[in-house]
Amino acid sequence: MRRVATLYRTTVGKKVLMAVSGLILFGFVFTHMLGNLKMLLPPEGGHFAMDVYAEFLREIGYPLVPHQTLLWVARLGLLGAVFIHILSAVQLSQASRAARPQGYAKEESLSLSYASRTMRWGGVILLLFIVYHILHFTTGQAHSSFVAGAVHQNYVAAFQSPLVYLVYLVAQTALCFHLYHGVWSFFQTLGLSHPKYNHLRRPFAVGFALVTFVGFLTPPTLVLAGVIS
Amino acid sequence: MQLTLHVWRQDSPGKAGRHEKYEARDVSEHMSFLEMLDVVNERLTEEGKEPIAFEHDCREGICGTCGMMINGVPHGPKSMTTACQLHMRSFKDGDEIWIEPWRATAFPVLKDLVVDRSGFDRIIQSGGYISVRTGSAPDGNAIPIRKEDADAAFDAATCIGCGACVAACPNASAMLFTAAKVTHLAKMPQGQTERWDRVLGMVETHDAEGFGNCTNHGACQEACPKGISIDYIAQLNRDLIKATLSAKPEESGKDA
Repeated sequence: MRRVATLYRTTVGKKVLMAVSGLILFGFVFTHMLGNLKMLLPPEGGHFAMDVYAEFLREIGYPLVPHQTLLWVARLGLLGAVFIHILSAVQLSQASRAARPQGYAKEESLSLSYASRTMRWGGVILLLFIVYHILHFTTGQAHSSFVAGAVHQNYVAAFQSPLVYLVYLVAQTALCFHLYHGVWSFFQTLGLSHPKYNHLRRPFAVGFALVTFVGFLTPPTLVLAGVIS
Repeated sequence: MQLTLHVWRQDSPGKAGRHEKYEARDVSEHMSFLEMLDVVNERLTEEGKEPIAFEHDCREGICGTCGMMINGVPHGPKSMTTACQLHMRSFKDGDEIWIEPWRATAFPVLKDLVVDRSGFDRIIQSGGYISVRTGSAPDGNAIPIRKEDADAAFDAATCIGCGACVAACPNASAMLFTAAKVTHLAKMPQGQTERWDRVLGMVETHDAEGFGNCTNHGACQEACPKGISIDYIAQLNRDLIKATLSAKPEESGKDA
């Protein structure tokens, strides 16, 4: 434990926490995106593929563990990862602000990508989006015609509204940028650097971000276009 | 050529500073940037005014003493070039040039363009020593080193400690400097004995000095007059993780 505490005391240690919690969140985002693609599949045995998948998520681990147990383990795990991710971000941002109280009268941004400059505000947008998203599709308060358990129906009803579509489009764009810089930073922070593979890190980050962007937005676009109903 | 300079003037540490405007007349394109400032200073001195204070020593791009923000870029517009090796041919007649000191809590301004970079010295000090036999010079090739490692160590060792990485970093982080110093010894057989204590000591001092943290922008490697890569920061991170999480207990061996 003493060694963990020593690492945590340094800014690098806080970045490691940021990277590891980020990895958990990448994993979630990617799985979530794969799950949403169920919207594209035809119904199975009178049930929408999305609803079958949603039921599977609730019952995963049953009968070894009681109903919804693993679902709640995953939810609490993700909540913990989000908390650690935000806490580290706040601590590191404060340290960085204190390190440069006075800026330059004239400053060129050397190699600062749009993604890297907007990590902090992009993160805030994503946090607000996550709150809205849970109220929208999980608990239903932000949904005009929410029916518990009828995931496919809720999904289609929501994205028939161009305004809702626009909110998700903005959030996915923010996520795309956040993932691009996040995935690349993950390699760098954990020291996953090797002369043979380093040139693949940025393309991998771009690919991961784009696949996520396209994967998440394909079903809502088809709903808005009237292809899925 | 004629230039307009906006130079940061600050009388002493902690005092409020301001940008002052100077006209630099009859500047030759063959002058170095520092020589141009010398000419401006000569005129200021003749007029009975305080000359602009800036640091310089070798003027050959190898000592790391000079360094200032020139139009928002550390050491000016030419890549892999220190301010002293920047020539006025990189500018054109009528240009306005903004000249500012490095800005960082850990680099307090002493006067005008001169900042206190002793934080770098303390980071190096906390890296400690390497255990080698002193006395007569060792035989040149007595310790075999792989070519790749020797090259990587040498590339890291080209860091002149000028502070451009801190100046360019939006977080005023000195991770590139610290990483260069850590890796330079970590890649050599002579640096192995104290390798894990060194990285921990240097990173802790880096943080204690008030430098910010690295957010992987990569501005530092663009600004570095020696072209040091942020791959060394990844190496530092990996060494620090190893030094803490997988370090062996202090008491080990048969007597433990």
